[in-house]
Amino acid sequence: MSKQKLTIAISGLNNVDSPGPGIPVIRGIRESVDIDPRIIGLAYENLEPGPYMREFVDKTYKVPYPSEGVDPLIERIRYIHEREQIDVLIPNFDSEIFVFIKLADKLGEMGIHTFLPTLSQFEERHKSNLPQYGEKHDITVPDSRPVTSFEDIEDLVRKGTFSWPLLVKGKFYDAYMARSADQARIYFNTVSAKWGLPVIVQEFIKGTEVNVVALGDGSGRTVGAVPMRKQYITDKGKAWGGITLDDPSMLDFTHHVMAATRWRGGMELELIRTPQNELYLIEINPRLPAWVYLAVAAGQNLPEALIKLAMGQKVPAWTRYDVGKIFIRYSFDMICDLDAFRKLSTTGEL
Amino acid sequence: MKIKKSLAISETGFVFDPSTGDSYTLNPIGLEIIQLLREGKSREDITKAMTRTFDVDSLTFERYYFDFLGMLKQMQLVESDE
Repeated sequence: MSKQKLTIAISGLNNVDSPGPGIPVIRGIRESVDIDPRIIGLAYENLEPGPYMREFVDKTYKVPYPSEGVDPLIERIRYIHEREQIDVLIPNFDSEIFVFIKLADKLGEMGIHTFLPTLSQFEERHKSNLPQYGEKHDITVPDSRPVTSFEDIEDLVRKGTFSWPLLVKGKFYDAYMARSADQARIYFNTVSAKWGLPVIVQEFIKGTEVNVVALGDGSGRTVGAVPMRKQYITDKGKAWGGITLDDPSMLDFTHHVMAATRWRGGMELELIRTPQNELYLIEINPRLPAWVYLAVAAGQNLPEALIKLAMGQKVPAWTRYDVGKIFIRYSFDMICDLDAFRKLSTTGEL
Repeated sequence: MKIKKSLAISETGFVFDPSTGDSYTLNPIGLEIIQLLREGKSREDITKAMTRTFDVDSLTFERYYFDFLGMLKQMQLVESDE
């Protein structure tokens, strides 16, 4: 049977020390047995490695940051679509998911398929809403509060709502453990300067961080899920090595989240396993994570399944994966011609 | 004491716990003890086997044996009802 030719636009090409999921997602799609993809990279910066990785990305277009507004972004997508006839678009940054959910209908009218969570699914799982989310869906979560000033953190500690240590988190990325008011002030300023307000204060749960990459079809069904433990963590808290786990309780947890929320699209669950073997949900990232290729290697090509779901095709649910599969990330110096950099910088295309 | 059924133990003494992702390396004596535990041997049987193979008296062996079991328990490598 011949492969289905699809043009797929993908962002998150910053394959750096805190990598976006773009390249790993592309890697999965390129290994599809059913899809013959043409990959269109959507880049925000001239030095994102993805555009220069020609074995993964066929053509790259620079796009405006979502923070510049919806109109410039959709106009740019329209321009790209006229040239490339995009079939599916997969945004891979937390910070752009909201905008693409808003644009999903417009993209659909243009013939560009997406497979994203609904706006309410996306909004309710925000870190600042975690306690309400846990209560609504019967999920164990640590106490979290949105704050808009350092004084709010002091108040929460004074009232006994939180005690040291606690976590200071950005609304999209970054988390710091503050052991004192002095540290909390520094982290509040760091996080708010980078990601804006509110900043999230979260109860510190002692235990081991474990993660699940999963894909939901929007009906409550889990199409695939692979649990992993980070074995090597960078100073930015990113996994630089990890291993797939045989942990039925993590899969049960994931199936429950999927069924309760009817999640549509890729997700990463960040969990803490306490010494008493309880699982706490600390975060849901509304997209496939940068370590998704581990799931592909373990037998679940979730990026391929995501494309098929976006195209309205039926995808059977996986029931197994290889346990003890390890990923080890590495850095590599690509050598590029100045001409490629010039082209992307001046024309916005490569 | 029952060793977790899910543990993968290689002939070279590499132990992998698939539920936590942790791995350990055993020396040949540790490996032999774990294998005997896995076979369901009692403390008496294990002590007999080890004192027969190695130049050690049963009292000295059992002191190290209980230390070793404590370590396995702490590392959660035994069945949780133990």
